[in-house]
Amino acid sequence: MNTAVMNTAVMNTAPDTGGNVMLLVLLLLPVLGALLMYPLRTNVPLAKAVAMATALLEFVLVVVTWVGYSTDAASSGERFQYVFSVPWIPAFGTHLAFGIDGIALVMIALTAFLVPGLMLFAWAEKLPEGRTASGYFALLLATQATLMGVFTATDVFLFYVFFEAMLIPMYFLIGRFGGPNRQYASVKFFLYSLLGGLIMLASLIGLYVTSADQLGAGTFTWSDLQSIAQSTPTSTQIWLFLGFFVAFAIKAPLVPFHTWLPDAGAEAPIVAAVLLVGVLDKVGTFGFLRYCLPLFPQASQVLAPLVLVLAVIGIIYGALLAVGQKDMSRFVAYTSIAHFGFIALGTFAFSSQAFAGATLYMVNHGLSTGMLFVMVGLLVARGGSRLMSDYGGVSKLAPLLAGCLLLAGMSSLALPGTNSFVSEFLVLVGSFPREPVATIIATVGIIFAALYILWFYQQTMQGPVRGNAVIRALEAGGVGGPGAMIDPAVAAERGSGFPDLTKREIGVLAPLIVVIVVLGFFPGPVLDVINPSVQSTITEVGLPDPVPAGGVVGGVR
Amino acid sequence: MSPTNYLLLSGLLFTVGAIGVLVRRNAIVVFMCIELMLNAVNLSLVTFARMNGQLDGQVMAFFVMVVAAAEVVVGLAIIMSIFRTRRSSSVDDANLLKY
Amino acid sequence: MTAPPEVLPATGAGSLAWLLFAIPAVSALVLFLAGKRANAWGHVLGVASVLASFVLGVVIFVQTLGVAPDQRTTELSLYSWISSGTLDVDFGLRIDPLSLTFVLLITGVGSLIHIYSVGYMAPHAGAEPSSDSSRRRFFAQLNLFVAAMLVLVLGNNFVLLYLGWEGVGLASYLLIGFYQDRPSAATAAKKAFLMNRVGDVGLALAIFVLWLNLGTLQYTEVFARVGELSGGTILAITLLLLLGACGKSGQFPLQSWLPDAMEGPTPVSALIHAATMVTAGVYLIARTNPIYDLTPTGRVVVALIGVVTLLIGAVIGCAYDDIKKVLAYSTVSQIGYMILAVGLGPAGYALGIFHLLTHGFFKAGLFLGAGSVMHAMNDDVNMRNFGGLGRRMPITFVTFGCGYLALIGFPFLSGYFSKDAIIEAAFGQEGWQGWVYGLAATLAAGLTAFYMTRLMIMTFFGEERWRNLKAPDGEDYHPHESPPVMTGPMIVLAIGSVFAGFVLSAVGLNQWLAPSLGELQESPAGVLPHALVPWLVLACSALGVLVAYLVVGRRPTPVQRPEPVSFPVRAARRDLYANAFNETVIERPGIWLTRALVFLDNRGVDGLVNGLAAGLGGGSARLRRLQTGFVRSYALSMLGGSVFVVAALLAVRFA
Repeated sequence: MNTAVMNTAVMNTAPDTGGNVMLLVLLLLPVLGALLMYPLRTNVPLAKAVAMATALLEFVLVVVTWVGYSTDAASSGERFQYVFSVPWIPAFGTHLAFGIDGIALVMIALTAFLVPGLMLFAWAEKLPEGRTASGYFALLLATQATLMGVFTATDVFLFYVFFEAMLIPMYFLIGRFGGPNRQYASVKFFLYSLLGGLIMLASLIGLYVTSADQLGAGTFTWSDLQSIAQSTPTSTQIWLFLGFFVAFAIKAPLVPFHTWLPDAGAEAPIVAAVLLVGVLDKVGTFGFLRYCLPLFPQASQVLAPLVLVLAVIGIIYGALLAVGQKDMSRFVAYTSIAHFGFIALGTFAFSSQAFAGATLYMVNHGLSTGMLFVMVGLLVARGGSRLMSDYGGVSKLAPLLAGCLLLAGMSSLALPGTNSFVSEFLVLVGSFPREPVATIIATVGIIFAALYILWFYQQTMQGPVRGNAVIRALEAGGVGGPGAMIDPAVAAERGSGFPDLTKREIGVLAPLIVVIVVLGFFPGPVLDVINPSVQSTITEVGLPDPVPAGGVVGGVR
Repeated sequence: MSPTNYLLLSGLLFTVGAIGVLVRRNAIVVFMCIELMLNAVNLSLVTFARMNGQLDGQVMAFFVMVVAAAEVVVGLAIIMSIFRTRRSSSVDDANLLKY
Repeated sequence: MTAPPEVLPATGAGSLAWLLFAIPAVSALVLFLAGKRANAWGHVLGVASVLASFVLGVVIFVQTLGVAPDQRTTELSLYSWISSGTLDVDFGLRIDPLSLTFVLLITGVGSLIHIYSVGYMAPHAGAEPSSDSSRRRFFAQLNLFVAAMLVLVLGNNFVLLYLGWEGVGLASYLLIGFYQDRPSAATAAKKAFLMNRVGDVGLALAIFVLWLNLGTLQYTEVFARVGELSGGTILAITLLLLLGACGKSGQFPLQSWLPDAMEGPTPVSALIHAATMVTAGVYLIARTNPIYDLTPTGRVVVALIGVVTLLIGAVIGCAYDDIKKVLAYSTVSQIGYMILAVGLGPAGYALGIFHLLTHGFFKAGLFLGAGSVMHAMNDDVNMRNFGGLGRRMPITFVTFGCGYLALIGFPFLSGYFSKDAIIEAAFGQEGWQGWVYGLAATLAAGLTAFYMTRLMIMTFFGEERWRNLKAPDGEDYHPHESPPVMTGPMIVLAIGSVFAGFVLSAVGLNQWLAPSLGELQESPAGVLPHALVPWLVLACSALGVLVAYLVVGRRPTPVQRPEPVSFPVRAARRDLYANAFNETVIERPGIWLTRALVFLDNRGVDGLVNGLAAGLGGGSARLRRLQTGFVRSYALSMLGGSVFVVAALLAVRFA
């Protein structure tokens, strides 16, 4: 079987003469949009319009890509589609190689889906002194471009380049447009991630040397490296795995490496926080699935208990810390740490349900946490404070806002009927056969999830109207605290200092709500795309699916 | 005459130059000591070329001369401008570039 | 054990079964999305959608009645919901006698309570416009509940059950916290959701164990093959399912959320926290009867939980002065009876469902009556402020009285048929089980008679204590009968309370349920002759009524709660210390743990990271002192370095 896999893998290696340029277009379009922001910097409305047009066009192109993606071909063993490859630095055997499997496809779809909404959110945002909206939107587009690159690269070196390049626009987004403590947060984010990246670089070079030993010529092409994975000695694999693992564990983040996230998530402007926690951090878990498991299968199995312990600690620890937070953005960041624990659990449980669940979890977490961050942003825009205790009884003033916050919260605690349930269920049901103890602890974590969400909701939304920010907003008859960003005209029109959602804000939220609910009941289209790639990953790891004891295939029909 | 003597002379000249650089404060003198060290190296290069019967060392010596000439031009210009602003040619007085 | 009935595809009206929950779901969606525009007609849509579901339910029921009993179990697969690897969960419905019974209960009682709510939730005259929105919101959430509850009972696999299970949890959360600006309501809602989630963990783990061992989650296949599993596994599954049932049905040790849930509007208490949602635990155990059949140990645990709960509920019910809390603890106690019944196995599944149905009628009627009283008494719930209301609100009094008689098991009313059957079956067990179950159930029947009689006397009889009092809102009390839109449903439910037991046993509910629950086995002789049990129960209940009359009825009720009181009363007033236990053992340590962890994370984990950065920074600050600005010292260090390198090279070369 292994030889068969190897043969297809080798044959799948892209021709060096180009190929399908779709992914290249997806990568370069946001770059072009970002560059256009410079000449347009004096004409802010036009700049915003161009940025939005770019993001929408990108979304349309991703939809076209999705439609053109063949699940049949993926099921029959074609690892990547939309393959494009040209030599880059022949001396090192690197290629500009792109291609997507189902896992990468859903991630780029998530990115392309989120960005237009975020731009709409940022449309009327009050930026710090001396910053222009065109710069803001340019950085958003640049982030999107690097994300497209990191998910579509099929050359490990190219992946590394994008992995590090991602930091640059995000660093500027946090450091230039963030909250009061943005300098500290952005530097911490940058250094922490860079450290992980450099350790990965060391492993990357080791991988190159290993491939040179085994294949005669060193290569960075993913499929070639995968083809030698099974024959690499386990001891070598462990060292190489650890290098990649540290980078991804920092990025994801898993528990001892997580402290940069609450700082960065809290200080980043909301749109950056959504991209950071919703998509950029997923590169870590995506990396586990795409690089750690297939390239170092034995090491993954040997070290899985370590990761599972970290994952389970993360689920409980993140949840408990979320309960104890006073700052709303930090709160959302800590809930994400708990969710990343679930993703890591699914990734290292080695079953097709758990893998599919973990992949779907990445998408769903991006949606639900993204919406939660947006809701926090809408509250801060009205009250000008990130402290939970500055808000209270908001549902009486802004019932629509409260309802949306509750929905986001329900999605976050994985209530059945919302998107997250499907993924959490798949992760847990898939992890249980191999890792019962970890799964049981993780399942207990769902109580804590309910606790932190409902506690947050009760503090801010329920009870009598109270809290400094709310009272100030109401008394002034205009807008709340010093950082409030709601347009005073809107507040005046609504006759309240704490107005309910505006049309634009509803426009930001509506697509998220629709997707959250629809994916809760009809996850089929996404699962269909994910499943074949998950099967390939299972094959590459070389562990059989833990077949239920009864051995029944299919079932509920 | 044995090439060793040339090498000894070269080493001697280099040591003199190095000590000069370390102990003298006058920028011009330090500069000349550096030239001394460069020429000491040139001498050893030529000697080695002679010993090995190859021209590489001699070619290298020419290179060093050219570079040294260029360096003198730039270096003297810097020393001149420092002297003009600070009315001193002591290298210890030009110590602003520090922690 | 009889062979499970063949499962056929649904036909005719059955193939429209998805509309049962789709109609209320769409209605809820419309009401949520339409916003203020729907304030005027929202309640009409809300009522119409549930009525439509009820009509469809009746049509399907009639169609099912028309076929032979072994063909009454049908399934309808809608689409593949979650599919990955060998896991394939369908969005599929199971239409069989058990689910149809529940459908009729949910939509029937649900319709009545929706109609009642039109009056109960009507905005007060001269109320601010926002309270208009509140009725629409209420109906949206009530419709959401009905839809979720129907999914719960109609699903043909455990995952769909879980969807409905948590869906009703959400609806319950929303409705308990309906008066959002009351902190107590918000806290009660959160508590309900959290304790339900504890139970949900059990249900989820049961699902995982089933999947691991059988590779399927669909009822038909699970039930067909569950016999292959080892006894330990089956026991584990049943106990985990029981944990889920305890959370949802307010059974020991997760009972304390249910009385707090009375913070919600009274129609919610009637529909969700009495008639339907809280009986989901009974449904779960009845539905999974093929698994429970295999494990006598598991059934003993179930029955014991039921026994403990029915006693707890009855004891605490005697001590409260809050009319809704008394009814709530009565519900806890009555569900304890149902759990006890299904814990008796094949001799009890159908009895549990029977009691569930009659209880659905009389308890919903009692709650609606209590709501009517509250409506009349400025939303006051303290029975010490009531008294003599029977003359003021005759319809409420009569309907409430019917529910009361049915609950205490007055002969030939609903409760008499269903509760006595359970107690008979309990005494029908052999050995200690028969005595423990039977005596506890009989004792609780007496206690039930006591606290319900106390409630009746304090509310409807005696002197009109409210005359000299002010309501909590500062107004005088002006008790009056409720409008017809509220009394209508109460009358219907009262008729149900009186006749449901007789009708259901006459038409053969047990045979109707047989395809789902197996034939009801006649309980063995057990420890007490069956003929003796009704007399015993009747005597015990009569004693309860008599004691209540002597204690409460013969002397005036003090408006202030008497203090101090004996220890049992003190304990009962404090919910037998269940909340105190939760607070000391779980809540306080949890808060401390959270604070400690936040400190640890900020100072420990993050401190390590920042400490590393600070250490590097500090080291660099020291090192940069080497940069003196003296060119000659740089030259010296260069020379030293070069000498060192050359020396090292030579040492390697010649060593």
